[in-house]
Amino acid sequence: MKGRAGRPPLWSYWVVLPSFVLLWGLIAWLLQSPLLPTPLNVLDTLIRESATGELWHHLGATLGRVVVAFSLAMIIGTAIGIVMGRSQTTNALFDPLLVLLLNLPALVTIILMYVWFGLVEVAAVMAVVINKVPNVAVTVREGARSLDYRLEEMATVYEFTRRQRLREVWVPQLFPYLMAATRGGLALIWKIVLVVELLGRSSGVGFQLHMAFQVFDVAAILAYSLAFITVVQLIELAILQPLERRSSRWRQPEAAHA
Amino acid sequence: MLELRIAGCDFGQPVLGEVFATIARGDRICLLGPSGIGKTTLLNAIAGLDKSVPDEAVIGREKLRVGYLFQEHRLLPWRTLDANLRLVGANTDEAERLLGQVGLSGYGHYLPDQLSLGMARRAALARCLAVKPDLLLLDEPFASLDPVMAGELKALIAGILDSRPEMAMICVTHDGGDAEILANRLWYLDGKPARLQWDDSVGEPGLVDVLLGRLRGLDLTGS
Repeated sequence: MKGRAGRPPLWSYWVVLPSFVLLWGLIAWLLQSPLLPTPLNVLDTLIRESATGELWHHLGATLGRVVVAFSLAMIIGTAIGIVMGRSQTTNALFDPLLVLLLNLPALVTIILMYVWFGLVEVAAVMAVVINKVPNVAVTVREGARSLDYRLEEMATVYEFTRRQRLREVWVPQLFPYLMAATRGGLALIWKIVLVVELLGRSSGVGFQLHMAFQVFDVAAILAYSLAFITVVQLIELAILQPLERRSSRWRQPEAAHA
Repeated sequence: MLELRIAGCDFGQPVLGEVFATIARGDRICLLGPSGIGKTTLLNAIAGLDKSVPDEAVIGREKLRVGYLFQEHRLLPWRTLDANLRLVGANTDEAERLLGQVGLSGYGHYLPDQLSLGMARRAALARCLAVKPDLLLLDEPFASLDPVMAGELKALIAGILDSRPEMAMICVTHDGGDAEILANRLWYLDGKPARLQWDDSVGEPGLVDVLLGRLRGLDLTGS
């Protein structure tokens, strides 16, 4: 896989990360300040929060928002991107709006949604979706523009149904673009969801960070961050990478006899 | 079964002029003409791929099943040969049988890009047959094959034509020799915009003579 070419060998993770934790522990032990807890303090907090169920409750709330916002943004963004990539008129109509939305700070959307619709779940998810749709649309539009006209003609001659055309002809060609949108999307959406929660929800990792911030509970902040990073990595390893491997199996660079 | 009335349409780039012709069951047409004259354009027009050709210009197409062998294989590279054939309507047994017919027995689980050029073209031919075509369109089927592979493919196509007497065929080629083996009718496309300069339906023995006579009489230097 091309995406892995720049990735260092696995052992570097096992050397660098523990060293970092060790260094952090050392500094914390020397400083003896409540503002920099030791790794053990953080682990303690993590275990306690997890035992009371708080951690799972808030992590679950955040995860739920991410899943809903991500799915909506991908579906809407992909649809808009395909249409924009295939039709000059639609592109002319939507492109200026895309430019506008792409440059709109996430914070502004969040505030506006909360102001207009109140501090409700729908407003929170909407804010995230509105932030993400333009990115997905722009990425997928590139893919839709590069669809192979030769396969389009083939699909026309052999009278592919709409469904077949989408599933068999378009999605495989759009896959790298959808994957790029997914990766970029998840990274962005996680972060926006935290801000959304911090500003106007009473559950979720963002909300917990907000609470911890008010009492300067650095151990809690780090504990939640750690849990959060772990979940994001798990999604990467358990869902995204296998999906990518599975879908690029047909690419066989060594197989080209022709 | 098919009637062409492409009457000097403006194709954006004015390639084709007036083309009037009818195609009947069992017609084996070789479409000859200089390079770049619009032979593929005419084939695309017949197949309904040229959006600038109104649907009324090709009468009877909607009732026909068309198999089109493009210059590239145009199989879906992410699907196996078997899946490619099943996508156009063949069941597993038919797919296996058709692949066998084109000399690709046991290659059903291969991906198109694992095959050589000649094999991929034969696989694409199998897909043409998988739709049980009334009309088979071949766009320079022997181009860029070495002489041995081209000869094999020619024999293969001749055999397929023999076993399906009802099917019509239009084969774009540069080579009069192809016509000799495959055709019972010749189209010659030339001029600017291009028209059918001849449309000769000939019995078996006469075809070559007509072809040779025509080619001799033709000013091949252009103008």
